[in-house]
Amino acid sequence: MQQMLTVSGVHTFYGNIEALRGVDLEVHAGEIVSLIGANGAGKSTLLMTICGDPGAARGQVVFDGTDITKARTHDIICSGIAQSPEGRRIFPRMTIMENLQMGATTADPKFFAEDLEKVFSLFPILEQRQGQRGGTLSGGEQQMLAIGRALMSRPRLLLLDEPSLGLAPMVVKQIFNVIKEINAEEKVTVFLVEQNAFHALRLAHRGYVMINGKITLTGTGQELLANPEVRAAYLEGGH
Amino acid sequence: MSTTGASMSDTAARPLDLPAVVKECGLTALVMFALAVGMVAFYTEDVPGGLEIATRFGAVVAVTLLGFFGRLAIVLLREGRPFPVLVVALPFTVLMLVALLSLNFFDAETAETLKNYLPVGDVVVNWIVVIMAGVFTLRAFWALRHTGASAKTVVDREKAMDNFAARVQRASRFIGPLLLGIAVVFPLLAFFPDSPFVPKVDRRLLDIAILVVTYVMLGWGLNIVVGLAGLLDLGYVAFYAVGAYSYALLATHYDLGFWVCLPFAGLMAATAGIILGFPVLRLRGDYLAIVTLGFGEMIRVILLNWYEFTNGPDGISGIPRPTFFGLPFSRSASDGGETFHGFFGLTYSPIDRIIFMYYVILALALITNLFTLRIRKLPIGRAWEALREDEIACRSLGMNPRNTKLTAFSIGAMFGGFAGSFFATRQGFISPESFTFVESAVILAVVVLGGFGSQIGVVLAAIILIGLPEFFRELQQYRMLAFGAAMVLIMIWRPSGLLAHREPTIRLWRERDGGPPEKTQAAEESA
Repeated sequence: MQQMLTVSGVHTFYGNIEALRGVDLEVHAGEIVSLIGANGAGKSTLLMTICGDPGAARGQVVFDGTDITKARTHDIICSGIAQSPEGRRIFPRMTIMENLQMGATTADPKFFAEDLEKVFSLFPILEQRQGQRGGTLSGGEQQMLAIGRALMSRPRLLLLDEPSLGLAPMVVKQIFNVIKEINAEEKVTVFLVEQNAFHALRLAHRGYVMINGKITLTGTGQELLANPEVRAAYLEGGH
Repeated sequence: MSTTGASMSDTAARPLDLPAVVKECGLTALVMFALAVGMVAFYTEDVPGGLEIATRFGAVVAVTLLGFFGRLAIVLLREGRPFPVLVVALPFTVLMLVALLSLNFFDAETAETLKNYLPVGDVVVNWIVVIMAGVFTLRAFWALRHTGASAKTVVDREKAMDNFAARVQRASRFIGPLLLGIAVVFPLLAFFPDSPFVPKVDRRLLDIAILVVTYVMLGWGLNIVVGLAGLLDLGYVAFYAVGAYSYALLATHYDLGFWVCLPFAGLMAATAGIILGFPVLRLRGDYLAIVTLGFGEMIRVILLNWYEFTNGPDGISGIPRPTFFGLPFSRSASDGGETFHGFFGLTYSPIDRIIFMYYVILALALITNLFTLRIRKLPIGRAWEALREDEIACRSLGMNPRNTKLTAFSIGAMFGGFAGSFFATRQGFISPESFTFVESAVILAVVVLGGFGSQIGVVLAAIILIGLPEFFRELQQYRMLAFGAAMVLIMIWRPSGLLAHREPTIRLWRERDGGPPEKTQAAEESA
């Protein structure tokens, strides 16, 4: 299978604190890969390091055959990676439409209508409310907007940082269904970071488990779901 | 007074807790007394042979009493007993008003003696007291009219004001052209100085108008930086100074005209913006504000000390006036050429030049406004707004925050530079004294009070903050007091600015239709 993203031996520091202690993982084209782990394990840091901020102190990040370890954030985004950042971070005072237009910053304007159509068919609610301000949306709608906005840049690799954060179970299910659809129909590779291990692993082709800045376990989604350690650490207790 | 208040009020009101009321009013009076002893009681007087300290304890007593009764009025209104307030405040207001107004009918000497009978020595202070009493009267009257009716809560009032702001914004498409029409037509009224049907427009009014429009332009320019891009710039006057000095130096050294230098001045200011922007734009919020503040001062200090280049504190004089396509507005052209009035066969009038100046700054301001309105709809303008909302999100979308900020900074600076060169040509003389921090603060106040990002709010705020104080120069030292009071009041009533209400930059359907959004239209707009 074709390599899309390869992270090898990446160390990242916040000042003196080593947040990533030599992470290795790879994402193949067309996959959904989930990274699960507890609070503070370094999951979000990994996503941010892939986008170059904070950059990796050691190790290498390769996207589509190009070394992007030292590239600048906006160049990385332009090369075909999109991130829906942690906490959604939509523009609250701008309308849905304006938010989506901001998402298309790096995309060729001639695809705008087509991409907008796609996002609206994935999230019909966004079409109904396109004149509404982002800040007035519910949490689930904001998450949809954040994903939709990321898709507007026509990415080949979509990075999702905790899309289920703070959402009702029903909405989480809906969001994950859409992620599956994005992967299957739009042929976008998805790299997902989640605390909600059950949903994330059930959805994923492959998964990684991160503890204290290191990858400790890897396998297909089904394998990890069945793994007793994973069950004990992340699944028992009501998911 | 409080006992009469208790007996006269309607029975529904709660009984007054008299000791508490007296305590509260007494405390206020005490604070007023303490302040007055420090600030009012002593003053210096010019006497032959130097200064002498004089006292005015009568004023201290008056201030203390005013504090006591003013607080009492507030307490009574709060406790739902407006009647006694009305009974006392109304006659007081009327009496004082009559007394103050009648001062004008007597000759100077009688008026001087009569002034001694006023409660406070100074006429202006008396006016302030009257206004206070008048406000109490109105509030008491209002409370009597609406007894028991649901008083508006703070939230209700906020909402009402927001709706009002939104309506004003929506109406701005009518108000804008209307204001523009007034702005274009009114200087022409100066040509009918004696007509009874036309409001009197004289040189003083035109000068004030020029000043206001200059600040409107500066406000609009700074609005790009502060309102749209969300970069708090406390040193905007630096670019104003760069523009002014660029024009002044080019004009005096190379004998170039205003219109030739104008683009250069803008370019220089924009360059200054970029030079400043590179090191500081990685900073955010308060830190950016501090650095820009420092930069503003730096420019001023450089202008002050680089004597060989800028002529230091002596300033630059003899800056040429702008011409009308090469026709000067002087009585006779210095080089024997044609003058404006000569060319058009008019009689010479000095006001022509003032009116021309007014139109120049109006045109410059309108260009600024038009530019801002257009660029808000373009990707770069929307990127500025997005940057203001959330920088990290912008980075995750592949935007280059540094370049985006730099463009906002330098374009804002460019308009500051244009305004600066206009300032230089209007004054004919500039010195570093014109570009102090206060200037930056006033421009920022215009933007903040107008409501970040609101174009028409800036106009309103400029008229209130610049026009009114100029108009009320008679108030002399109380001018700045009024300025401060206006700022405080606006910040209490409208903490986010007079017309803070962001309109979406793209409209998908007309509001009246309320119909379904059309995708094609949206796609068109983005293309």
